[in-house]
Amino acid sequence: MGDIDIAWCPGCGNFPILKILKQTLAELAIEPTNLVLVSGIGQAAKIPHYLRTNVFNGLHGRALPAATAIKAANPALTVIAESGDGDMYGEGGNHFLHTIRRNPDITNVVHDNMVYGLTKGQASPTSRIGFKTPVQVAGVFLEPFNPLAVAIALNASFVARAFAGDAEQTREILKGAIKHKGYALVDIFQPCPSFNKLNTYDWFKEHTYYLEDSHDPADRNEAFKRATEEDKFPLGIFYINNNKKTFEDNVGIYEEDQQPLYERKPDFEKLHNLIETFKVAD
Amino acid sequence: MDDGLLFEKKDDLSVVLCGRAGQGIQSVEYLLTRIFKLAGYHVFAAKEYMSRVRGGTNSTQIRVSSKPVRACVSRIDILIPLDRGAVRHVEKRITPQTIILAEQEIIGDDFDRARYKFVDVPFTRTACEIGDKIYSNVVAVGTIAGLFGIDLQTVSTHVEKFFCAKSDDVVQKNLIAVTEGFNLGLGLLDSGKIRIEIAGDADVESQILVEGVEAVALGAIAGGCDFISSYPMSPSTGVLAFLAGQAKNFGIIAEQAEDEIAAINMAIGAWYAGARAMVTTSGGGFALMTEGLSLAGMLESPIVIHLAQRPGPATGLPTRTEQADLELALYAGHGEFPRILLAPGRVEDAFYLTRKAFDLADRYQVPVFILTDQYFVDSYYNTPCFDLSDTKIEKHIVKTDADYRRYELTANGISPRGIPGFGQGLVVVDSDEHDEAGHITEDLDLRVEMVDKRLRKLELLQYEIVPPELVGPEDYKNLVVCWGSTYHIVEEAVRNLDTDDVAFLHFRQVYPLPNETVDYLLRAQTTVIVEGNATSQFAKLIKLHTGIDIEEKILKYDGLSFTVEELIEGLNDFLS
Repeated sequence: MGDIDIAWCPGCGNFPILKILKQTLAELAIEPTNLVLVSGIGQAAKIPHYLRTNVFNGLHGRALPAATAIKAANPALTVIAESGDGDMYGEGGNHFLHTIRRNPDITNVVHDNMVYGLTKGQASPTSRIGFKTPVQVAGVFLEPFNPLAVAIALNASFVARAFAGDAEQTREILKGAIKHKGYALVDIFQPCPSFNKLNTYDWFKEHTYYLEDSHDPADRNEAFKRATEEDKFPLGIFYINNNKKTFEDNVGIYEEDQQPLYERKPDFEKLHNLIETFKVAD
Repeated sequence: MDDGLLFEKKDDLSVVLCGRAGQGIQSVEYLLTRIFKLAGYHVFAAKEYMSRVRGGTNSTQIRVSSKPVRACVSRIDILIPLDRGAVRHVEKRITPQTIILAEQEIIGDDFDRARYKFVDVPFTRTACEIGDKIYSNVVAVGTIAGLFGIDLQTVSTHVEKFFCAKSDDVVQKNLIAVTEGFNLGLGLLDSGKIRIEIAGDADVESQILVEGVEAVALGAIAGGCDFISSYPMSPSTGVLAFLAGQAKNFGIIAEQAEDEIAAINMAIGAWYAGARAMVTTSGGGFALMTEGLSLAGMLESPIVIHLAQRPGPATGLPTRTEQADLELALYAGHGEFPRILLAPGRVEDAFYLTRKAFDLADRYQVPVFILTDQYFVDSYYNTPCFDLSDTKIEKHIVKTDADYRRYELTANGISPRGIPGFGQGLVVVDSDEHDEAGHITEDLDLRVEMVDKRLRKLELLQYEIVPPELVGPEDYKNLVVCWGSTYHIVEEAVRNLDTDDVAFLHFRQVYPLPNETVDYLLRAQTTVIVEGNATSQFAKLIKLHTGIDIEEKILKYDGLSFTVEELIEGLNDFLS
């Protein structure tokens, strides 16, 4: 993909995330033909165009419903819904909540730079209080959206946070999320050098630390507590719940027949019998 | 008439039951239509109801005849009011011939009793003796069956089936209720006050009794629908519920989405991965889907949208009917892209057109609408069994090569549609303007080529148009134009006019407009259009595409369907 004109600014945090994603997919040996990257709109949402893979680049905020359906229609596909914080938590906030409840076996990667890039610098749901923009002229006063706490509150099956500045750890977290069976959230802190002069690489380095090895991701209460820490933001895998059935398992059509929908045909014999019942027999 | 004979009817009887929500009017409708059908009668039922779970006043009309009956009439022959306020609710429709079977203490006295023919029938008293007034609806079922002389065993069997999920006690009490009611009906016949002599028809037995909403859902299954995602909204929810009920049986994913936005984006995602998906919604819900509709236009994704209309703007009259979302469906979605709008008139149209909608959507990679309305989805009648003999599913997807390009520029505008995981290629779709490979582009020359490619499909769609149906003399002088759910009402009204130079032209496809339209309109000396809206939306569409202005209009937008009598009156005014 050498001749692609990448639409990101020099120094953008999306570059390391793209590199990390490529390495992760290579290490997991996921075939490009078997992978679908689903995104919405925004600078982060352009990432699928910079890999060789299947792409569903849909509407702003609507990646998750499409990703859920793609996985449900063909569970053999690896589906990653990847976009920015404005897309996933703002415009798509309702889908974020309900996709967690639905628990499709997809990975949800959110590039979280705490600002709107493509629309040139307005506050995002995760912008910190006091962050000044041309729209939030007196500074953000809305409570920042806490995606991890929300996800854990909804008993999401995999919840993690990473930092684009640490390729090695982020790769490991991403690998865990993709291999996990069920909905997996990976919120990735990234700087936006053009529009967020507050939350820079240095700021993230100073304001993050990794959860200790002793952290038990099965402990939901502890995970929630850690997710609410905001003086310094913990990184790593906060919470894993392996006891949840996926959406594809729950829809109940793959128990006896593993075929994806495109390989199936309706049973006209059954339909004939169903229509016969409308004759209203004695 | 004999002394004491209050009511006599030899054919085409209209029974109306009216009561509060929660009184089991729907159960009566369900049971009686099935019982009549089994007894060999042609039957039609339609309902009107308030937007509430309990209370209010709702009514259902059941027509019983020796010949096919498929339209709503104003006339009430037998009225069974089950609650205070019920008589007032339908007062305008009561005629001097109407007989009211009721208990005076139940229906109250807020109307001029002397004007009406009453026969006291103790539905509630009988029910209370059985144990609860809740059984009064089933007593009424028994009474009607008794009046028609239907075999009690048949009636009891159906009552038992209907209540089989309830406790034994409830089943037994309902069986007693229907038997007691049946005896009340026989008593009325013996008293000589009522005489009903309607012949059955042997054709009815092999026919099916189908509601509009069921016909849409069955058509979807026949069209290979294996994915439905929707948000509940009256009057469209029945399709979702029906397919959810058949999900296991037919391998359908039926998902209640968190909102209509999710619903349509799921459906488009499902098509992308190889499913055949639909959404079912009504005006307000569809308004939320319009960005998704535009996405389907850009991605060239197939999608089938069942839009069951109800009166707006905004929440409007949630449980009532209107044909006022034609322009919404036609113009919804930003940008320019082709679409198809189908509007079934008969229940069988709903089956065949919905089936066809999946093929059209898949073949041409366009959104296809099924436009119905509350009157249509909630009405049912017996009709010949749906024919599955020419049903086949052709999935218009290709196995991709390594150099596959989703939006290859082609002469006819259709780029072969691949799906991820089927073949060696990659399937890239983008809501941005894109190149042939599907990747985002701002090459403005390519933009023009892509717009032209998408719109070229409109030319192809000309060959697929479902023609309008002309009913009546080919050499008509007067032409009545209608579309969608009004088919049978217009048919019966025109049939009952005193002149024989009137034909009607019914459109089952409203967009793209059939090419024959101009010819049909030019052949008429006068033309009138019948629409369930206030601004004559279809007439505007016809004018836009043909230049022909249909000035005479019969419009209705009070939330209720036209009735046959109203249309006869309206058409007579027009003809004079």
